[in-house]
Amino acid sequence: MARYSLTTPLEDKDIEKLKAGDMVTISGTIFTARDAAHKKLVDLINQEKDLPVNLKGQIIYYAGPAPAKPGYVIGSVGPTTSGRMDSYTVPLLEKGLKGMIGKGSRSKEVKQGLCRHGAVYFAAIGGAAALLSKKVKACKVRAYPELGPEAIYELEVEEFPVYVINDIHGSDLYSQCLNKSSV
Amino acid sequence: MVVIRTVNVSEVEKTVAQLCIEANCSLGIDVIDALNKASSQETSGIGAEIFKQLIENAEIADSEKIPVCQDTGFAIVFLEIGQEVHLTGGDLTEAVNNGVKTGYTEGFLRKSMVRDPLDRANTGDNTPAIIHTQIVPGDNIRITLAPKGGGSENMSSLKMLKPAEGVEGVKAFIIETIRNAGPNPCPPIVVGIGIGGSMEKAALMSKYALTRELGKPSPDAETSRLEQQLLEQINNTGIGPQGLGGKVTALAVHIERFATHIASLPVAVNISCHAYRHKTVVL
Ligand code: SF4
Repeated sequence: MARYSLTTPLEDKDIEKLKAGDMVTISGTIFTARDAAHKKLVDLINQEKDLPVNLKGQIIYYAGPAPAKPGYVIGSVGPTTSGRMDSYTVPLLEKGLKGMIGKGSRSKEVKQGLCRHGAVYFAAIGGAAALLSKKVKACKVRAYPELGPEAIYELEVEEFPVYVINDIHGSDLYSQCLNKSSV
Repeated sequence: MVVIRTVNVSEVEKTVAQLCIEANCSLGIDVIDALNKASSQETSGIGAEIFKQLIENAEIADSEKIPVCQDTGFAIVFLEIGQEVHLTGGDLTEAVNNGVKTGYTEGFLRKSMVRDPLDRANTGDNTPAIIHTQIVPGDNIRITLAPKGGGSENMSSLKMLKPAEGVEGVKAFIIETIRNAGPNPCPPIVVGIGIGGSMEKAALMSKYALTRELGKPSPDAETSRLEQQLLEQINNTGIGPQGLGGKVTALAVHIERFATHIASLPVAVNISCHAYRHKTVVL
């Protein structure tokens, strides 16, 4: 297990070295999006329209923050279950998306997409949302404010901690961890 | 002569509002103790690091009064109302919902409820609450608020087994549910199980089991043994904290049992994440 610090936008050389199980801290701009925003993005792609954010080299964080208290940049903000975004993911990879942060396993289709498009899937610690909110230094709504917590937020993060789950070589940390002989 | 106690529903409303904030921002001592204990048992490096961060997370949330998890959940409310209580001042359900609305708004908690499962428009105030009411002897009102995240709720499951499948069938179904859930419900998890009753009774028992003090064994010796056996089996899956491998997949298994039909053996598994939120007040 190696440790890396990466800054967005990600380049191919950043991604090639990552292996399932590595610990990475991410700094720079990342975008949040959940189910409703994904649906809108993919609808735009299907209609061959421009997206409200340029995804080239970017990371999407599957998260819907709690509202910020007065004086706070953002409320608690941990990852949501990634599997719900599986069916929307490949079209976004085709638009140049290089990383996703969430929790939980991905579909076969997504894992193959990661290898094909040279992108990575990271997990953040689910439920460590108060702690993770401290890594967010700025936050603004980038698209779909009407979706409330499901809007696309642009976050400036500093040393945001994640683990590599699926790398571009086809390794999957979750399946490596599951003790198949135990039942 | 029985004296009827009068309680204004506005008391219930105020209490619910307070409980929403407390339950979401401050994990109970039972949960903190369980995390500390599990942290010392975890041998995987990543796992131990995760426990450290979960404990730090709980400390930040409690001291700053911000939610432990951004998913502040369904507002699940258990009301145990003494039969000698007379409620005045309005509609009880409305009072609970107003309490949820106030708590989630003033506490800066996330509003996650949509008004309809198919049209999916957010109600904007996290109402309606999911309310389970029981009439019990006495003149108290016991209110338990247990916010429940969607991630772990979605990995829950219910099955109507054949009686012939017996305890082995029950165990196999529970382990299968946990393995299918894998990393999704944010392990380490707490597993609430309802065995018996009818379909809805089993589901309700599995939810109620998640309001028990974390790790407190069932008062029934045989059930408590089953809880221990299952905990061991679950922790042998290797899923570990956050599904990244390790010894501690679950912090506890809580089982509730009830009589059932000669033809039936219902089993419900309700999974809670490590954000095991539950707060109770007796009025
Ligand atoms: S499962 Fe629990 S800890 Fe994980 S995101 Fe949902 S509420 Fe938070």
